[in-house]
Amino acid sequence: MLLIPCPFCREDRSEEEFSCAGEAHIARPEKPAELSDHEWGDYLFMRTNPRGPHRELWVHTAGCRRYFNVLRDTVSYEVLVVYEVGQPPPDPPGGDES
Amino acid sequence: MEISLTTVPRVRKARKRSRMSRTNTSRAENCDEIRSGTTDVRRLPVEKYSLFSLVKHGRRHHETWQRAWRDPSPKQSYDTVIVGGGGHGLATAYYLAKVHGVQDVAVVEKGYLGGGNTGRNTTIVRSNYLRDEAAHLYDFALKMWPGLSQDLNFNVMFSPRGVLSLGHTLHDMREIERRVNANRLNGIDGRMLDTADVQKQVPLLNCSPDARYPVLGASWQPSGGVARHDAVAWGFARAADSHGVDLLQQTEVTGIRVRNGTVEGVETSRGFIAARKVACVAAGHSGVLAAMAGLRLPIESRPLQALVSEPLKPCLDTVVMSNAVHCYISQSDKGDLVIGAGADRYNGYGQRGSFSTIEHTLEAVCELFPSFSRVRMNRHWGGIVDICPDACPIIGPTPVEGLYFNCGWGTGGFKATPGSGYVFADTLANERPHPLAAPFTLERFASGALVDEHGAAGVAH
Repeated sequence: MLLIPCPFCREDRSEEEFSCAGEAHIARPEKPAELSDHEWGDYLFMRTNPRGPHRELWVHTAGCRRYFNVLRDTVSYEVLVVYEVGQPPPDPPGGDES
Repeated sequence: MEISLTTVPRVRKARKRSRMSRTNTSRAENCDEIRSGTTDVRRLPVEKYSLFSLVKHGRRHHETWQRAWRDPSPKQSYDTVIVGGGGHGLATAYYLAKVHGVQDVAVVEKGYLGGGNTGRNTTIVRSNYLRDEAAHLYDFALKMWPGLSQDLNFNVMFSPRGVLSLGHTLHDMREIERRVNANRLNGIDGRMLDTADVQKQVPLLNCSPDARYPVLGASWQPSGGVARHDAVAWGFARAADSHGVDLLQQTEVTGIRVRNGTVEGVETSRGFIAARKVACVAAGHSGVLAAMAGLRLPIESRPLQALVSEPLKPCLDTVVMSNAVHCYISQSDKGDLVIGAGADRYNGYGQRGSFSTIEHTLEAVCELFPSFSRVRMNRHWGGIVDICPDACPIIGPTPVEGLYFNCGWGTGGFKATPGSGYVFADTLANERPHPLAAPFTLERFASGALVDEHGAAGVAH
């Protein structure tokens, strides 16, 4: 059971109140029509799926209903950093994402 | 009867005496070979498991059984290295060696054989998938199950006891009916059951109209069932080993060496192993392996949980699944209730899973089977499943020459183990996708020809 600190509600709340919206910082290409099928498929489907620190987009579904980003370790499940959408991604502590 | 009672022991005694003298020497030789633990350990003819061998070794207190497979040291190079010693990887090795004659094969496993999702699933076998491509692939696998024990000379305890998928809402029923019709067009033995039929099939199920999850009906596939998952891994391991495949346990792949877009081999915790072809069959850790070769996959790894109860007297003789409430349940031959939950809603590599997921599943089990509410649970675990956007596997080559992946089976790969190994071995040997695997290449994520099986995959995710 994760306890996630919502940056807007400023409280640690149970994971059941939240929904995970997948990997964060996937920018929609500005000119999709100019992309090849592989580039578009890469944007739509390919994921880093790291074992270790992972930047994710979460939404506080049963709370403030706002989106925010979480840096979370997918092995220890520790929530490392919570930050607002639009802020630059923090570097994972102690190394890069594999 | 009298004749056999008097004559058989005499024959046995005579045999026993002659055997005893032989045993001592052969046992000692066997032990030496096992201890040496090198690549050139025994290449004795593999002993056939049979009633005769059971009796033979039983009379020697089961101390004389041949080791089930060798424990070789890695060679410097192989034709094909398979990464992942689960059911799919071992089946791939077996069919490569047996059907295609490629015996210069190693299976590299970081832990022990069958210790990943093969030993963590809920052992359900079925083929009632919606789309033609998936239905053909899974049904090909299903048709291999009845003969598998004979083929491997290892009892995989396949028990075609039928699989029920319950419908609780009108929408469920429409989806189920659509799927059953699609199955029948593909020659799969699907059938619709109404509430009365379901109740007759599963007397303990709460089918009353005022139940929390009313049972409006179900789809029924009688040729589906369960098999013993560990035995599947062991059976394929032993059979692959007997065809000359090296099974390298406790050997973790730490890197994939690629030069000029062509794979050269794998870096492992026991040194570099060169290979002409590298085939990754690592389920939840496929993404980690792909990253070693500089690739990304359309896969997200999440824990899928299961648990078993204390052993009970026989009370459930089929498999009951319910997509809507996220649970599937059967009773093992040992008597344990085997219960499967949904996948977590976020990525994770911890083999435990989210508590709220398992809580919801047990709530559903107690609603569906009120009599199970006081059953105590024995063990609970999670396996890391590799979920694709379309809930279908990825089988085939990658942009790196000589590097192949068989992954993305997600929440339902166990049922396909023999079929997956067969088509992947064929793909590897002929360096082109097997016709059944052709719709499941990585290329579909560029072409857009996805095979959406979220409805039939059995677990909502």
